[in-house]
Amino acid sequence: MNTNGNTYTVIYSTVLVILVAAILAFVAMVLQDKQNENIKVETITKVLTAAAQADESVTIDETTNVLEMYKDNIREAFNVDGDGNVKSEMNMGKENVNDIQVPSTADLKKQNDILKKIEDAKDDAQKAELRKTLDLPVFVFDINGKKVTVIPCYGAGLWGPIWGYIALDEDGRTIDGAIFDHKGETPGLGAKIAEAPFYTSFKGKAFVDGETVFAVEKGKHEGEPGCVDAISGATITSQALGRGINLWARYYQPYLKTLAADCMQDAAEETEVQAEGTAADAAATETEVQEVK
Amino acid sequence: MSDINFKEVLLKPIFKGNPVTVLVLGICSSLAVTVQLKGAFVMALSVIIVTGLSSFVVSIIRNSIPNRIRIIVQLVVVALMVILVDQFLKAYAYSISKTLSVYVGLIITNCIVMGRIEAYALGNKPIPSLLDGLANGAGYGLILIVLAFFRELLGSGTLFGYRIIPQSFYDAGYMDNGLVILPPMALILLGLIVWVQRSFQKDLQEK
Repeated sequence: MNTNGNTYTVIYSTVLVILVAAILAFVAMVLQDKQNENIKVETITKVLTAAAQADESVTIDETTNVLEMYKDNIREAFNVDGDGNVKSEMNMGKENVNDIQVPSTADLKKQNDILKKIEDAKDDAQKAELRKTLDLPVFVFDINGKKVTVIPCYGAGLWGPIWGYIALDEDGRTIDGAIFDHKGETPGLGAKIAEAPFYTSFKGKAFVDGETVFAVEKGKHEGEPGCVDAISGATITSQALGRGINLWARYYQPYLKTLAADCMQDAAEETEVQAEGTAADAAATETEVQEVK
Repeated sequence: MSDINFKEVLLKPIFKGNPVTVLVLGICSSLAVTVQLKGAFVMALSVIIVTGLSSFVVSIIRNSIPNRIRIIVQLVVVALMVILVDQFLKAYAYSISKTLSVYVGLIITNCIVMGRIEAYALGNKPIPSLLDGLANGAGYGLILIVLAFFRELLGSGTLFGYRIIPQSFYDAGYMDNGLVILPPMALILLGLIVWVQRSFQKDLQEK
């Protein structure tokens, strides 16, 4: 048989490619569930890692059972719309840890597309309508008695999507921790957003009021709460991350403001309770003194 | 063809004709994935599987491959194996597949794989080709593991993630060598391995 003829070559390559494609498609389908499971566990780990930075005594490493830890520490998980109204609950896995619901990057991208549409919308009526269609995820954790709220962010980096989770204190402004990830930023440059010296610099910073809620910019920002230092040599990734955080944080503001209000109220009540407590203590001491007499 | 020396097929690529230290192929990935033993070990296994299976498959179909699209056919077979390995890693060893990142996919471009197919599998029967592929992968893997052993021990004080250098050393002022973690030092270490090997096998030295 002539293996060098044109017809033979064309048929041979066609059959080979179809065969290879079929094998790959089959394997991909078989392994799909397992892979998605891994990705979900990774997302849960990210959310938890962001929240755990609020308390230095809480550590997460390879040996941690993140599903159990998530279940034990989560208080609430739900979606809010752009006006801060709670829309739907997410499964927290209280009965079965395998049911834990977290948004996938595809879900985050979908929300990000709506956010962009709102930004581009011409009139206010359209904006208001689109705000109602948002499903922004919120995770509320109880880390050793401290209420920590975790929100995601998403943006387009240099080579692909970048996303992350930011943990906020009770006041809904101060950042307790953050963690970022990316699809394929340049190793050693843009990929540094997922590494320690960068994401730990978010701790102690805060969302500020105004058009720019948070920024990632070059230069030292020790005194400024709403800004962290960008990564040298990764201008595009840093800017994209800054834009992403800012965009998402702005649409979380209505919800976060209600947190701040609650926090103020709680603080006021606490002071009252403390004052009462002191008075009661004083009274008790008085009785004791009298009894001794 | 029947008088193939199986011992030579298996042992030559590991020592005397090692693809990394003698042929100097696959340097890029051996610098990139040898920071930790665990990653190096999985990478070594992946390459062994890919070189072995693709040599085997190409050898089976070697008489039917149209000569004009020879390289393309080889590439398709190698790519198939690499994607399969990558998919399995993503399903069963997710954290390791994350640390190996693009380097699993880049096995496709690893010269060892294509080199062995061109040089050996196209002209030999399936079983010797399989062994040749496995042995070449093992030769690559051996260097990877030796490199990773020194890099992890000196750079992080651990092996397979377990602490080897005791805390008391650190308290006494010992410090991990940060340079060993970086690729340049890996290249120097690789050079040292080549040196050691050539000082034992004098016939490898160029005149």
